[in-house]
Amino acid sequence: MNEELRNHIINLLNKGVRLDGRKPLEYRKPVDIKYDFSKSAEGSARVQIGETVVIAGVKLATQEPYPDSPEEGCLMVNAELLPISNPEFETGPPGIDAIEISRVVDRGIRESKAIDMKKLCVEKGEKVWSVMIDICPLNDAGNLFDISALSALAALKNTKFPKTDKEGTIDYKNKTDKSLSLDKQTVSVTVCKIGDHLIVDPITEEEKVIDARMTIATDQNQNLCAMQKGGDSPLTEEEISKMVDIGVKKCDELRKAL
Amino acid sequence: MSKLLTKDKEVVVPGEHLAEGMDYLPGAGTYREGEKIISSVLGLTRIEGRAIKLIPLSGKYLPKRGDMIIGRVFEIAFSGWRIDTESAYQAMLNMREATSDFIPKGANLTKYFDFGDYIVCKITNVTSQNLIDITMKGPGLRKLKGGRVIKVNCHKVPRIIGKKGSMVSMIKKATDCKIIVGQNGVIWLQGEDPKMELLAVKTIKKIEKEAHINGLTDRIKKYLEKETGKKIETDRGEQ
Repeated sequence: MNEELRNHIINLLNKGVRLDGRKPLEYRKPVDIKYDFSKSAEGSARVQIGETVVIAGVKLATQEPYPDSPEEGCLMVNAELLPISNPEFETGPPGIDAIEISRVVDRGIRESKAIDMKKLCVEKGEKVWSVMIDICPLNDAGNLFDISALSALAALKNTKFPKTDKEGTIDYKNKTDKSLSLDKQTVSVTVCKIGDHLIVDPITEEEKVIDARMTIATDQNQNLCAMQKGGDSPLTEEEISKMVDIGVKKCDELRKAL
Repeated sequence: MSKLLTKDKEVVVPGEHLAEGMDYLPGAGTYREGEKIISSVLGLTRIEGRAIKLIPLSGKYLPKRGDMIIGRVFEIAFSGWRIDTESAYQAMLNMREATSDFIPKGANLTKYFDFGDYIVCKITNVTSQNLIDITMKGPGLRKLKGGRVIKVNCHKVPRIIGKKGSMVSMIKKATDCKIIVGQNGVIWLQGEDPKMELLAVKTIKKIEKEAHINGLTDRIKKYLEKETGKKIETDRGEQ
């Protein structure tokens, strides 16, 4: 279906340039992050890279903990791909792409132990804080994976606990100065393979023709926290280690924008 | 008593009252409701005698007979191909109009045009029901191989082409790219040098953005000269 476009992109990559004039391993600039984007959320951020815009919001609520982790808070990540951001998205319950994005973002934050879950405990076995992250792309011009993860982290950084009274009722109108204890700064970078070439930060046209992609999440100490492979083509061991090297380097670059 | 409620060359939005009374006539982009003439598009007013016309500034392409457009094959029917024209209506490319080759009965039509192929074609007829017939027979009408396709606002196409094609030929000369501009706002480009191809894309986007500002040709010429570092000779023709 996109044979012509694919050939053109590969031809350009053979010359070391991409469709929009970037180098293969160059991110779009600037990475623009605006904090406190929404008044009603406990934490929020709007991230723009190139023409892709994603907003993320964090909601805090109290709930009963899960029986297997009575002292730990809960984390929920939800992504919704709105038709406003891309004509190819449909309304209705989240599709497979939206679920994949939310799972990849969730895994990055959860497995890196970015949030100290023990500190979210109010009363062991009775009441804990739950952190709900909502991700909403406003414009999809490619690379929703990385930008969603970045916006989720930015929103977590921006989160302040709401005031609670003695009975435990939450007053969402007033915020305290207490923020979430964020130990790690986990960001993720997706490395895509087109033909024999590896690229980062694909635009919409490039996303249509990729053979395989791998999302790599690292924390500030360059520890690998999570990975997700997508696309139809298999990857060799050598390619994977190359991708991880690129991912780790690019994650550090992205983290500087926070 | 008739009254004009707008001036010449003014930007109006849909639903705006342009004139009152029967002395004025509604032209393209306007309609009459009772005594009033109301705009139906976002556009620039043009008052020509008694008629009030609007030059649209936004909106989808409206197919017109004789237009050369670039379309994309999205469906293959029994007797031909259905083409996405970037307008609200789809076009039908009949087998007879597609090629002068003999196509045997039951042949695999993807051999000629496959799904997702971009083609340059000409509109031969638009019916009252907005069914579009197109043809591939004519000079320059063909399937597009390689290169890239970009989309622009179709109302800016006249500015991208320029007077007698002056603007687009200037870009071609400066960047050594092959460029085909479809009336529906789909543009195909191919260049040997990827940097030059990118410059052509940027120039077209610049024209699209600055189409309404005076002195466009000179500004684009200066821009191209600065970016390429060459002097551009233009035969300006009649201005």
